[in-house]
Amino acid sequence: MIDAPLTELAAALGAKRISSVELTQLFLDRIARHQPQLNAFITVDPDKSLAQARAADVRIARGERAPLTGIPVAHKDIFCAHGWLTTCASKILSNFVAPYDAHVIEQFGSAGAVILGKTNMDEFAMGSSTENSHYGPVKNPWDTARVPGGSSGGSAAAVAARLAPCATGTDTGGSIRQPAGFCGISGIKPTYGLVSRYGMIAYASSLDQGGAFARNATDLAVMLNAMTGFDARDSTSLERPKEDYARDLARPLAGVRIGLPKEYYGEGMDADVRAAVEAAIAELRRLGATTVEVALPNSALSVPAYYVIAPAEASSNLARFDGVRYGYRAPEYDDLADMYCKTRAQGFGTEVKRRILVGTYVLSHGYYDAYYLQAQRVRRLIAQDFVDAFKRCDVIAGPTSPTVAFPVGEQVSDPVQMYLNDIYTVGPNLAGLPAMSIPCGAGASGLPVGLQLVGGYFAEARMLGLAHQFQLATDWHKRTPAAFAGNS
Amino acid sequence: MSLSIAHIRRIAQLARLSVTDVEIAAVQHELNGILALVEQLKAADTAGVEPMAHAQDVMLRLREDAVTEGDQHRLFQSIAPQVEADLYLVPRVIE
Repeated sequence: MIDAPLTELAAALGAKRISSVELTQLFLDRIARHQPQLNAFITVDPDKSLAQARAADVRIARGERAPLTGIPVAHKDIFCAHGWLTTCASKILSNFVAPYDAHVIEQFGSAGAVILGKTNMDEFAMGSSTENSHYGPVKNPWDTARVPGGSSGGSAAAVAARLAPCATGTDTGGSIRQPAGFCGISGIKPTYGLVSRYGMIAYASSLDQGGAFARNATDLAVMLNAMTGFDARDSTSLERPKEDYARDLARPLAGVRIGLPKEYYGEGMDADVRAAVEAAIAELRRLGATTVEVALPNSALSVPAYYVIAPAEASSNLARFDGVRYGYRAPEYDDLADMYCKTRAQGFGTEVKRRILVGTYVLSHGYYDAYYLQAQRVRRLIAQDFVDAFKRCDVIAGPTSPTVAFPVGEQVSDPVQMYLNDIYTVGPNLAGLPAMSIPCGAGASGLPVGLQLVGGYFAEARMLGLAHQFQLATDWHKRTPAAFAGNS
Repeated sequence: MSLSIAHIRRIAQLARLSVTDVEIAAVQHELNGILALVEQLKAADTAGVEPMAHAQDVMLRLREDAVTEGDQHRLFQSIAPQVEADLYLVPRVIE
């Protein structure tokens, strides 16, 4: 049951072979057993989860079952859930019990899904290793001396270790795809604007997008069907007709043109990652797809552009944490200005403060044009590169990250080295494009390697179809880290 | 360009973050490393390129200027650090 994809769990619930209460308890027990090794969760509240599971069982008994009814879902602790501690892995929100639900939480709630718990993450989603958490680092289930990636590392580790059948995440510069790659699971960030940002604690609003982690592409389609949708409370939510993200799953790969950006296959990628990615491309060709070399000439500028735009937006978004209306307030201070400065200095972690300072600088008088406006101009060049590339291909494929999961503590003291983990992932965020990562092989020490797929705007169904066809022919997505397999 | 200690103190003040004398040398080193990375942007030829503020250039949607939510101040103030008479309390700013 712990390895079953959502589609099988839903069938078992529908046939009453298992109840939602039993299923939820199964995963709660696994979380309790493995939390000391992985630290994947910040909050687990069995009473609340089981109450929702009982309600789901009533709904199922009445014959009112939807595809996610009764399924336990782990949520990144960036999503506000009414009555749940919602910390964003920050001391400054360490006492924040959300007074309302995020749109994503409402969507899963109305589908009848159960909140299994709130997952650990890099503080305010700033990081690529989930080491920047007030609640301690998350460990990679494949090797607990290594990081799970970030910022949604708790969600990725939970799904990989079979502590949850699926999980939500958010992706501002790779925060779903990179941990999915490092943990050997499937993850998708849809087109910007498809998932409402309402109640999703803001980091960089022009880039932030909610998305999903699951065992395979079919399950990601189920999750996107539930998560997406117009929401008037998010000013950039897109008004589009509902679509079925599973509609292209059975579509064969014959005739699909896969673009291989020459910049993604140059220097910088480790040899084990290259071998796995090239083998996956060969498999896609064997399945009938054709490949074509494309160019993303400005991709080397995507990390510099991202690390101006994201901190600039963060410095503005995080100005709201002032110790006045909610959250942590410093215990001692001289006056109002001192209260703000001490509250924020004590409440934020090192990386968050670093990005606030960078953002404040690039927006400050005399530097705005040179940094912020120039980064926004480069952003357009990067987005245009993708538009041009998609004239010659349907989907772009390449590595998710230049390396496999790295050891805990290795990069945390060198921010620039850490930022360069995002080299292949930030481009789609800057352009607003959908992108996903699926497991495609094993690198050094058997650690998972992720294959990144990037599609044109609203190409999610097409990408999920390609991923599903790949997963029908391979079994990388079925591999489980030995220490968390079976009934252990 | 590289940031001086005085410059960092000024940025920290704008950001309402206290940075201690012990921390400031490390902060200076890290920020200058990050600025060296983003300095690469200056070499890009962006003449005539319109800045891109949002994915797909979406326009922020405006809503009707109408009340859509009832008064929830008790709920929201129940999680505030200090409240009195329905007001948020902060240190005195006017003597």
